[in-house]
Amino acid sequence: MSKLRQTPSQTVGPFFAYALTPEQYGYDFASIADGALVEGDVPGQRIRIEGRVLDGNGDVVPDAMIEIWQADEQGRYAHPADPRGSNVGFKGFGRMGTGTDPEQRFIFDTIKPGSVDGAQAPHINVIVFMRGLLLHAYTRMYFSDEAAANARDPVLASVPAERRHTLIALKDEASAGAVYRLDIHMQGPNETVFFDV
Amino acid sequence: MSESYAPRDWSSQPPYLHPDYKSTVLRAPTKPLIPIRQSLSEITGPVYGQDRLGALDADLTRNAVKGAEPIGERIIVTGRVLDENGRPQPNMLIEIWQANAAGRYVHVVDQHAAPLDPNFLGGGRCVTDGEGRYTFTTIKPGAYPWGNHDNAWRPAHIHFSLFGPSLSTRLVTQMYFPGDPLLAFDPIYMGTPADCRELLISRFMLEHTQPLFALGYEFDFVLRGRHQTPVE
Repeated sequence: MSKLRQTPSQTVGPFFAYALTPEQYGYDFASIADGALVEGDVPGQRIRIEGRVLDGNGDVVPDAMIEIWQADEQGRYAHPADPRGSNVGFKGFGRMGTGTDPEQRFIFDTIKPGSVDGAQAPHINVIVFMRGLLLHAYTRMYFSDEAAANARDPVLASVPAERRHTLIALKDEASAGAVYRLDIHMQGPNETVFFDV
Repeated sequence: MSESYAPRDWSSQPPYLHPDYKSTVLRAPTKPLIPIRQSLSEITGPVYGQDRLGALDADLTRNAVKGAEPIGERIIVTGRVLDENGRPQPNMLIEIWQANAAGRYVHVVDQHAAPLDPNFLGGGRCVTDGEGRYTFTTIKPGAYPWGNHDNAWRPAHIHFSLFGPSLSTRLVTQMYFPGDPLLAFDPIYMGTPADCRELLISRFMLEHTQPLFALGYEFDFVLRGRHQTPVE
């Protein structure tokens, strides 16, 4: 049977906020998701993830949208394809625009995910959207304090060694809570690794 | 056996770098994408159902009314979400946003000197039914100028965002209207491979047109399909 052609992607453009991230930007429309992934009594270590998106000039991008998708503390996804089921109340999806923070950061308050299948190191799946990206870009975020697991991770192993650091969020040891930072570089010497998912 | 998704068909997708669309020049990744072997991280994705929607979310002519009806031509936009194997995709969240009839977005960054409509937000969402069908009622968006090049105008369009059943099926796109003379001058639309541009244009459908109320347009989405691969 001949297949239907996949619908082409088009850019999210600069004006997504009142529909996709309305509460964050102060519009009178309910958000389905935001930067706070933890509701109520979800087990797991509370962490904050923050970063900026930078263009090829090193300028901060103020109109990007970042989505994250992650497993719970036991590495389970809240989705029917994961036969183990997930914690009730932890959906694992977050969405933030970079246009409201004074430093144009994305900030997610979440829990640290567990290893998904034993083989993969704890990680968060990231999708990057912005004006000027005709097709969204997928990347991942690993954790600097998981060095042993990172060393065994098959996806990191598929990335040239000199580029792996672009995927590893650095724990801020000076911070009272558990804060991890990772900037997303669209271009340049530290261009983030993007994946063909 | 485990689920996985057929690869993205790069022949139907725009490139990251399309210099006619000037914002791509400093924002397009320059290094090749690294292939990822699909795992649970890629074949799962966020699930949002009808329970997360407000009663008027799919009717943009009513969901932001402050006392009067929004100005402009009412339209109905309907269609199906399919995968590339032709299978309907039920219970899929669709989010939309658009300019008003005058070509002005509510977003504070939009400085186009056209009037805002106090009764129109331009945001909406719905969930596909058991046959993968969705329907929005809205106002036909206007064209608007932008700064890409001299005398640049975006053709009328509605932005769509779909998750599909997994992270790998995520789709953000724009739907255009048939016969729009601005399409040929629009670098965003023209960035799409020539043989796939028509896939972004809705069809006028008399059968979806409601007498004395609104013109009907049809627009289908095709997402990546599943295939089965042995677990190693």
